[in-house]
Amino acid sequence: MFPWAQGVKITSNWGENMKRVYVNEKWCLGCRLCEYYCAFADTGEKDMARALKDIKINPRIKIEEKDGISFAVNCRHCREPLCVKGCITGGLSVIDGVVSIDKEKCVSCYTCVLCCPFGAVSPSESGAVQKCELCVNEGAHPACVKGCPNAAIVYEDRTEAKM
Amino acid sequence: MKYVIIGNSAAGIGAVEGIRQLDTQGEITIIASEPHHTYSRPLISYLLKGAATEETMRYRAADFYEKNNCKTIFGVEVTKINEAEKSVMLENGETVPYDKLLVATGSSAFVPPFEGLDTVAEKFSFMCLDDSLALDNALDSSKSVLIVGAGLIGLKCAEGILGKSKSADAPSRAKKISVLDLSPRILSSILDDDSASLVQSHLENAGVQFHLAKNITRFEKNAAILENGERLDFDILVLAVGVRPNTALLNGIAEIERGIVINEKSETTAPNIYAAGDCTQTTDISDGQEKIMALLPNAYIQGECAGINMAGGEKSFTNAIPMNAIGFCGLSIITAGNYTGEDYKEAEKNSQYKRLFYSDNKLNGYIMVGNVEKAGIYTSLIREQTPLDSIDFALVCEKPGLMAFTKTAREKMLGGERK
Repeated sequence: MFPWAQGVKITSNWGENMKRVYVNEKWCLGCRLCEYYCAFADTGEKDMARALKDIKINPRIKIEEKDGISFAVNCRHCREPLCVKGCITGGLSVIDGVVSIDKEKCVSCYTCVLCCPFGAVSPSESGAVQKCELCVNEGAHPACVKGCPNAAIVYEDRTEAKM
Repeated sequence: MKYVIIGNSAAGIGAVEGIRQLDTQGEITIIASEPHHTYSRPLISYLLKGAATEETMRYRAADFYEKNNCKTIFGVEVTKINEAEKSVMLENGETVPYDKLLVATGSSAFVPPFEGLDTVAEKFSFMCLDDSLALDNALDSSKSVLIVGAGLIGLKCAEGILGKSKSADAPSRAKKISVLDLSPRILSSILDDDSASLVQSHLENAGVQFHLAKNITRFEKNAAILENGERLDFDILVLAVGVRPNTALLNGIAEIERGIVINEKSETTAPNIYAAGDCTQTTDISDGQEKIMALLPNAYIQGECAGINMAGGEKSFTNAIPMNAIGFCGLSIITAGNYTGEDYKEAEKNSQYKRLFYSDNKLNGYIMVGNVEKAGIYTSLIREQTPLDSIDFALVCEKPGLMAFTKTAREKMLGGERK
């Protein structure tokens, strides 16, 4: 897809975790539960309704919706992540195959927002940018996928056989 | 295999990471004139502002060189490249042999030969960590600062100085901050008139004074004398007029135009010598012109590309474009490409501005101020030269998103490579 990604096959840095959140557009109901589960994921609260009451959520997975079509978009954890290559601080890096943010290093310069072809890295109130990190800190399975009632997002390994 | 890398910033580090993708054994030596661990150059204004520390501005972890098995020679200048012997000579007389050499020497501040500049006691450039530390040391609430140059470097410097003085409990860092430029608008290389005046008012509200379309005739100790006879007094002078690529090491060895000439594999015209980053010139695919694009993302990608090719791999970087993400006192700006062709414009509203430029079925460039969400979708349209009739361009103008693409294109982007 990207000309700069052509040439040698590079597998280093992609590590063990080859599972990704994939989108089945035709199954998406546009219910936005993925957004709510994402926003809830690291609040530390037990009850979603209480945790998100009166809060305008800024989830790391976002639904795009128009004329009856809807689908979720979150970080693709690219093999050649332009956000990581472009990051001016070294705050974005690939850890075990997951494009991860070091919030201590990020200064919110938004070079990653400039670079990401999917619009999947976004400004946040926290002083650092935000993006999907596959809930690696929360356990094995991303909260958005667990919360999707219609399998419109799934967590699978769809890559070619490992080299 | 012996790899020698001259330069310890984005392009040099990119090369190390490129080489190590293919060759974990080869000997890598990094030589740099600065004595520091690799640090992020754009963060020097954040250091001044107090938003970064010398530790957090490290571009890579403390154990980077060890982990990547790199020998480092820091704080030493390279004086000469001996192409015939395949070695570089250091100022201390040592020679370092190479099989593959990368020149990633970056750029230096350009200081015009102003009359009377030698009479100015406190003058600074704003390019490297030591510049930032020295300026930080000189700042005082009783002193006025004059910055010459309203480009990215000059204005980030101004913001850095403003930084702490904005909060009520911190002492002011300068009595006055003035910025002077020949151009009638600030950030003239990346903004149009409307966005420039929007950003200018924002900075004026934050406390920066501007003297635009003004030319300096000479300096007299603590004053700049302008062409119109005006006199600007200052205590501290920062010169941020422009930068020049550091190409001297390849004089007579490889082709140099405005910058070191390289191909898409980051090879210079000399055998076994590569170059990457701010010292090189690159084709801007948005307008087809060769230019120096002194930008960190391009430097890293070019450096990584050089590294992979040096290690015997095959890698090309063919779609560089000018692109910038920069912010001042909470106001974000993202721009990319060139500003020719027809335009789509959203007039300024609540400190927000957006303008896209297109022609021949392609997006040429864009300016976004304020709301910069999903700007990368526009950047990608420029880099990929996506035919605009293959997407819902009217929709993407209004709202950058994947909705503007066809279902098939989207399936590829969000469905991944299937087994």
